[in-house]
Amino acid sequence: MFFLIFKRFVLGLITLFIVSLITFIGVEILPGDACTSYLEREAFGEALAACIKRLGLDVPAYERYLSWAFNVIQGDFGYSLSGQMQINEVLGPRIKNSLVLASAAIIIGIPLALILGIITALWRDRMPDIIISTVAIFSMTIPEFISATLLILIVAIWLEWLPGIVIVPTDVTFFELLPNIILPVIAIAMIMTAHMARMVRSSVIQVMASDYIQMAILKGVPYWKMVFKHVLPNALLPAINVVALTIAWLLGGVVVTEVVFNYPGLGRLVIESISNRDLPVVQALGIILASIYVSINFIADLLTLMLNPRLKTLQTRK
Amino acid sequence: MENSKDIFNEKPKSSLAKALDIVSTMASKPSGFIGLAILIFHIILAITSPWFAPYDYKAINPSLMLNAPSSEFWFGTDSLGRDVFTRTILGGRTALTITFFGSIIALLWGGLLGIFCGLVGGRIDDVVMRIVDAFLSIPWILAMLLIVSLLGTTTQVLIPALGFFYGKGIVRVARAATHDVIAKDFIVSAKARGHSNLSIIWNEILPNVRDAILVEGAMRWSWMLLGFSSLSFLGFGVSPPTPDWGLMISNARGLMSFAWWAVIAPIVGLSSLIIGINLTADAFAKALGIDRSTKAPV
Repeated sequence: MFFLIFKRFVLGLITLFIVSLITFIGVEILPGDACTSYLEREAFGEALAACIKRLGLDVPAYERYLSWAFNVIQGDFGYSLSGQMQINEVLGPRIKNSLVLASAAIIIGIPLALILGIITALWRDRMPDIIISTVAIFSMTIPEFISATLLILIVAIWLEWLPGIVIVPTDVTFFELLPNIILPVIAIAMIMTAHMARMVRSSVIQVMASDYIQMAILKGVPYWKMVFKHVLPNALLPAINVVALTIAWLLGGVVVTEVVFNYPGLGRLVIESISNRDLPVVQALGIILASIYVSINFIADLLTLMLNPRLKTLQTRK
Repeated sequence: MENSKDIFNEKPKSSLAKALDIVSTMASKPSGFIGLAILIFHIILAITSPWFAPYDYKAINPSLMLNAPSSEFWFGTDSLGRDVFTRTILGGRTALTITFFGSIIALLWGGLLGIFCGLVGGRIDDVVMRIVDAFLSIPWILAMLLIVSLLGTTTQVLIPALGFFYGKGIVRVARAATHDVIAKDFIVSAKARGHSNLSIIWNEILPNVRDAILVEGAMRWSWMLLGFSSLSFLGFGVSPPTPDWGLMISNARGLMSFAWWAVIAPIVGLSSLIIGINLTADAFAKALGIDRSTKAPV
């Protein structure tokens, strides 16, 4: 088991290394470098030469990659172009705000998805399933910016229950942030819950149809004992990895949701840095978002390994 | 995938008859019927709308700013005095066209590379899959925004870029489907007969993995539409004054506290199209006997 975990870890590191290469090469080969996009129409003559010198663009690309990668490993992303600030200082509060948003959505979403998924599977093709599944299809297919806009229109403008737009400074404290995150959390959790509930549903249905559950029914195991003891552990195990992939996939949707609500997180920084053509920040964001994706998947692998009794015995053999 | 083989191998039929069979299976369930109906409605609307649009979509008229829906302007007017009905019925054309061709590109390169990797295996397969994994871990939105902001928002940039970023997931699906058939007798005997890799791919593997890849392509069409609309919404998609739902929603959003019609009309248009494609793709998967519901949307 330890070997498997180690292998997964190394694979994750290799993926991140390739990501760093891709983002670096991508920024290199696309037209315009940091200086031309920063100086725009003044990008010629002395100003351009000075800028190239200052940012060290005159050294060969592979040397720049090495020194950049070396600094990133030490946790230093360099300086941003627009604000002339250290990228770490820009990122810190943004990461915190996005983490608050994402963890709130996950804490609400996962238990809700489990409950809804199990209900729809056990009452398959009957009223509860039909109603919940229809609502789920709507909430998972409608784009984030539409559900977010509708939430603002209905809850904030027509009913006037909650603030529609987040107007707080980036370095706000946790408790000041709390009333502002309710609508964004609902918008993100809606899509996430619908996706996960659907997966739990079909996973439970598959297990319910298996031979050992049929056997348990024939043996006369009480219904709810069978569900909690035999069905759920077997149904939820394969769902963990899929849930992780879904959460990671939704990172893109979080970007859009943050823009709609004007939420000061990583997602809005993506848009701001791209609009300002702040390529060092874009590179840093690429690496950070990819690391989040890789770590979520790694945690899911760990969970699966720990919860799967069949894989525990591998320890003795490996 | 086992079931789908049965559907096709029972008795030889012309491909048209097979296609009609699949469509009638899809339409036999209420969700599939609704999905097909919405999708066909949208396609017909997109093709014919320029002929019956009541007003000019780019005619700006300050005296008609933010009029409520009336018999003259069915869906009201927007902040520049343009007719919302006209812009809504025209608003899906660009998105549908770009994402349709984008999905075809995604299907082609993702499907072929996946089959190739599944067939050859070994070192090449390892390297390609590592690169695909790396691309999967970069959020599509960051990559798309970077490309579009540096290369421009023209169709020539958007179609290949979307096709590329939505094809990498298909590589995995096609590779897994190829792995399922690769050990079967007919592949082994084709290899023993000395057929080339190309001939094996075309004659032996493709017919067996086609269903899985087509279903994946149909799903990806709806995700790509979602992605493209998000780009438009963020101001990195269609350039104004071309009517586009994502852009219309983003423009009308600021004034929605009193001009809700200008934001509701494009929302209904875009949501119904995406739901239609999703329901159709689901029904398509079920008609071919493929269960997609346990897969993550990557």
